[in-house]
Amino acid sequence: MPDLGRALLFLALLTAVYGVGAAVYGARSGRREWVHSARRAAYALAGLVTAAFALLEIAFLRSDFNLEVVWSHSSTTTPPFYRLAAAWSSQEGSLLLWLWLLSLASALVLFLTRRRLRDVQPYAIAVLMGFAVFFAGLLVFAVSPFQELAVTPAEGVGLNPLLRHPAMMAHPPMLYAGYTLWAVPFAFAVGALIVRRVDAEWIVATRRFALAAWLFLGVGILLGARWSYSELGWGGYWAWDPVENASLLPWLTGTAFIHSVMVQEKRGMLKTWNASLILATGTLAILGTFLVRSGVLDSIHAFTDGGLGWPFITLICVMLAGSIYLVTTRRDALRSENRLDSLLSREAMFLANNLVLVAFAFVVFWGTFFPLISEALSGEKQTLGPPWYDKYIVPLALVLVALTGLGPAIPWRRATRAAVRRAFTVPAAAGVAAGVLAALLGAADHLASLALFALAGFAGAIAIQEFVRGIRARRAMTGEAPPLAFVSLVRRNRRRYGGYIVHLGIVVLFVGVAASSAFQEVHDERMRPGETREIGSGYSVRYERPTSRIDIRGDDVERIVFGAQLTLLKDGRKVGELRPERGYYPIQGRAGVAPLSRYFDGEATSEVAMRPGLFRDVWTAVMPDVNELLKTVREGDRRFEAAAGKLPEEQYARSLGLAVRGLVDNYPGEAPPATFRLMVSPLVAWIWIGSLIAFAGGLIAVWPASDLARRRATAGYAARVARELGRA
Amino acid sequence: MDPLAVLLTMLALALTLWVISGPLRGGAEREEVELAARIADLKAAKEARYREIRDAEMDYRTGKLSEEDWRALDRELRAEAVEILRKLDELGAGER
Repeated sequence: MPDLGRALLFLALLTAVYGVGAAVYGARSGRREWVHSARRAAYALAGLVTAAFALLEIAFLRSDFNLEVVWSHSSTTTPPFYRLAAAWSSQEGSLLLWLWLLSLASALVLFLTRRRLRDVQPYAIAVLMGFAVFFAGLLVFAVSPFQELAVTPAEGVGLNPLLRHPAMMAHPPMLYAGYTLWAVPFAFAVGALIVRRVDAEWIVATRRFALAAWLFLGVGILLGARWSYSELGWGGYWAWDPVENASLLPWLTGTAFIHSVMVQEKRGMLKTWNASLILATGTLAILGTFLVRSGVLDSIHAFTDGGLGWPFITLICVMLAGSIYLVTTRRDALRSENRLDSLLSREAMFLANNLVLVAFAFVVFWGTFFPLISEALSGEKQTLGPPWYDKYIVPLALVLVALTGLGPAIPWRRATRAAVRRAFTVPAAAGVAAGVLAALLGAADHLASLALFALAGFAGAIAIQEFVRGIRARRAMTGEAPPLAFVSLVRRNRRRYGGYIVHLGIVVLFVGVAASSAFQEVHDERMRPGETREIGSGYSVRYERPTSRIDIRGDDVERIVFGAQLTLLKDGRKVGELRPERGYYPIQGRAGVAPLSRYFDGEATSEVAMRPGLFRDVWTAVMPDVNELLKTVREGDRRFEAAAGKLPEEQYARSLGLAVRGLVDNYPGEAPPATFRLMVSPLVAWIWIGSLIAFAGGLIAVWPASDLARRRATAGYAARVARELGRA
Repeated sequence: MDPLAVLLTMLALALTLWVISGPLRGGAEREEVELAARIADLKAAKEARYREIRDAEMDYRTGKLSEEDWRALDRELRAEAVEILRKLDELGAGER
């Protein structure tokens, strides 16, 4: 199997190299058959990489520890569900995942556009296959996932316990799907610039890929935030960590892109801006992959390795230099066909929204790379924390929410006073009402939050108003009942109304972020059993008793769990029980580890206990004090090491098992103190709800209309235009 | 190298060569392919114009465009669509 895996990857590399060569030769010589052959190379690449990826997954499922990557990232005690995910927790597996997703996206877009953009396509193929050459080259020459060990170990090291979370199964593939899908509009933009065909055709042809990239990247970011909130034990969902930021950067510029391309489609404007945005987004997607995989910046994502820095830096430099060259040498072709008629127009709002999003991205970029910049300038690595980000991000977020409302309600070209009055009277009143309500509920002292709640009320009302007006218009045209009119409206205008749903979701998300950031109450408390602490909003927590257990998988200890049973009280009355835990995973697959310490010195993870609610979450995590226990463990290590070889193997193993069992069972009886993080966070649930609404809207926008639906939607117009043709 | 791996690698190589060499083996349909590409581009442009016409009407009916502006925009877009349909007719792909 390793031989076959390596051979498939080598074939994939050769196929990608051929794809680049054949596409460029076909374009330069005008011999289309070579372009078709290059496109078929993309299909073949998808097949080869799919087979290689399947082989790797099979190796993980079968615990083939002769493969180094399987040994170092999985074990027989890793549940099968997580063994699948273990593949992309490794450097090699994640690069293979990138290549696999890229090959699928490339094959799909090249199939869908096989009869279109014939002049642009060869260069788009060359760019997509160029990316494939880069990643296949890394997998063949630098970090092979099919590297074998000289001796096959009996057990693997195991998956990093932090990654044993359902969100982590999907988080990396979603992020990578987003990154690779951005490569599609990037490649077509490069092709369009090379042949100077810079109308909106390449945008229309790749629009769904851009929307899908936005959607997948967004879902990936959300899953990461959810994982952080429920797994990392610090209680937050966003820490401005470099790797989090790396995924946010292309999402922000990509969001700007999917808005501003509408201006190019409608008015033939912002061509230079759009080309620059998608080239930047594609480059930032590669930068994001680089930051995760290179470990160049310190991050909570400690599961990274070095060694890939220079290849990635070279690729990023080539992309940057090529982008700048193409945009500057195509200035004439990129000239706008129209001018901005009025500042009170939708194109002006889109431009403002773009500027804010790019400023947002710049702040994140500066904050992310400041440690490297400061080290280069002063020799000392300095980091910028959340307060620095808040200083810039909060005002930008306020303007963004305002523009989320203003944009959809203002017409293209120019708005009349009457239209503005009609569009904004009700939403402005809703905004004022939301602000007053927030002030009455206690937000009066937090000016930024108060402003955000008011603007969210305004923007949310605009989105709802758009639906109401659309349904009314639909009913006037067809006489449909309101629910049917709603469904027809969305189905026939997926992009527009899907977009409004996204806006609604984003507004809800911002409300959740503002409320949970400004009004969160956090208490770090050291408590003994029987003690009670007030944690805010009328809640208090009583530490009833410590808990302990051993989780067994197969014949071995999966983890030892120490925790706490807490009683949650609201205004003195019991409202529930919480059981936060901390799991200690044994060190596996390594020699020279002390026999008892092996069970306590491995990775440890927090299992958060929460009482989630629509209005507030009560969140708890525990850090048991195991210092006393560890003294006994060290003493036990000495005795077992002395007994090794003297006792029969079976008796030694049984005694060790009994010792571990005894230590774990005795833990609650000794009633040790524990340190708790206790939090009351308002409206966190609305972050997840808002995200789901936004992604539902994104899905509606990206979902292709069936041929029949499209024909129905355009039949009337087609007939009208055909009549015009008859008269012409 | 494991004989089965050698066999499967050879199979993968043969399949890859067969797939990518297809267009190089039989290039007689070049003109038809070029025509199909031209028609596909025009049809995509036609769909885009229809979408624009529909969007403009929705803007008018939801109160964002005055009737005068809408009629002017609609006229302009329809003229563009007519031009595309004429080109499609010339290429013998004028199904409406």
